[in-house]
Amino acid sequence: MSVDAFITEETIQGADDGPLADRTVAIKDNISTAGVRTTCGSEMLADYVPPYDATVVERLKRAGATLVGKTNMDEFGMGTTTETSAFGPTKNPVDESRVPGGSSGGSAAAVAAGEADVALGSDTGGSVRCPAAFCGVVGIKPTYGLVSRYGLVAYANSLEQIGPLAPTVEGAAEVLDVIAGPDDRDATTREAGADADYASAADGDVEGLSIGVPTELIEGADERVVERFEATLDDLRAQGAETHEVSLPSVERAVQAYYVIAMSEASSNLARFDGVRYGPETDVDGNWNDSFAQVREEGFGDEVKRRILLGTYALSAGYHDKYYAKAQDARAWLKQDFDEALAEADVLASPTMPVLPFELGESLDDPLQMYLADANTVPVNLANLPAVSVPAGRADGLPVGFQLIGPAFGEREIIRAASAVEN
Amino acid sequence: MSETPVDPDEVRHTADLARIDLDEDEVERFAVQFADILSYFDALDDVPEVDAEADLVNVMRADEVRDGLSQEEALRNAPETEDGYFKGPSVS
Repeated sequence: MSVDAFITEETIQGADDGPLADRTVAIKDNISTAGVRTTCGSEMLADYVPPYDATVVERLKRAGATLVGKTNMDEFGMGTTTETSAFGPTKNPVDESRVPGGSSGGSAAAVAAGEADVALGSDTGGSVRCPAAFCGVVGIKPTYGLVSRYGLVAYANSLEQIGPLAPTVEGAAEVLDVIAGPDDRDATTREAGADADYASAADGDVEGLSIGVPTELIEGADERVVERFEATLDDLRAQGAETHEVSLPSVERAVQAYYVIAMSEASSNLARFDGVRYGPETDVDGNWNDSFAQVREEGFGDEVKRRILLGTYALSAGYHDKYYAKAQDARAWLKQDFDEALAEADVLASPTMPVLPFELGESLDDPLQMYLADANTVPVNLANLPAVSVPAGRADGLPVGFQLIGPAFGEREIIRAASAVEN
Repeated sequence: MSETPVDPDEVRHTADLARIDLDEDEVERFAVQFADILSYFDALDDVPEVDAEADLVNVMRADEVRDGLSQEEALRNAPETEDGYFKGPSVS
């Protein structure tokens, strides 16, 4: 395996017939597959075999898809490069000295390398869109509540959605058609959008489409990225779209708000990993607390420990109001800003990532620098909105992603606009 | 370097609350990194309060018995079991 996209390669045959009958699908390794180990990229779950399928896996099988394996990821989804995996890094198929992005780096790399036709990732703060951008494929982060999270191992459940990656917009939309829709095992799923036909929206027709461009999401970006972004806007205008600048002052606080909320939720969600019901066998002594603390020291990697500790800190007495409550205020502020911007535009556009793919190993030592790379993707999760990353050519030989953001349950709008970027 | 210095003891206390043992190297490293990250989070101080109504409804279902995991399935991933139960450390 040249790019190390998979943690586990195993074929699971779906139904004989269905819309995905001729399709191979790679599944991110935090999505439960009955009888096939699901590690979350963590030593803690290295031998964990789920007794049930996630709803999305059930739906893929019913649609006739052939699952080909479980893909590498940053441990529990915590990272932007897939380098925090306990199973080693994945290489970017476009340039093997670079990271594939993260956290769904294995899924994007598998699609880009042709090792699967399509893939599922999960997107908590950009984890589908970032690797899609870095590997030159399409990735969709659905509106919160469109796709069931049942069977997705939780990291920050108020933010995350499962989403498809594919070589084309239409290919990703076809997978979305299969996995979208309410599920009585996930009470946060909604009826809205369930009956929409997403693949048919990929018709490339942007005549009269109004595109807002948030200036705050362009300003800090690498100039090579901005150049590709502007060229793509020119191309959309030539196809009949109209563009105008918008201002979203709240996005200047989005990375802070995202990390406070995600870390806080992680500190609670990951409390379940205590080495009793699942987890590595350890030779521990002492009482329950001593035993938990030893298993968690051994089972978790650095980034996971960092986020659990910072989340615990942000929720602890004396700091809750300063960090967690203010982050929730910022989240409400962001939603309001997006509502206003989307009242004046059909969709919003920005570069998906403000930077080109990092060199392998470049960014492991400085967590804060890594967090800042998520500036353009995290606002979307905080506002519960849908977004797509579509390839916008290359700069210095490396892929650049173009992000389109829509109103809640406006997947058809962003799919249509993204398909015009492919023209 | 940072406006929010973090004492290694604070890292140890938080790790204790989170039930994660840390070795001394980790404590030192995290103290430096946390100082950086927490000072960055200080920017949240000037976020305005927004009048937002949460768009929430209760989602209920009939309280009917459904199939769940069998005892065997539930225990299959446990590192240690005894007589059909999870086995944990002794209560001291």
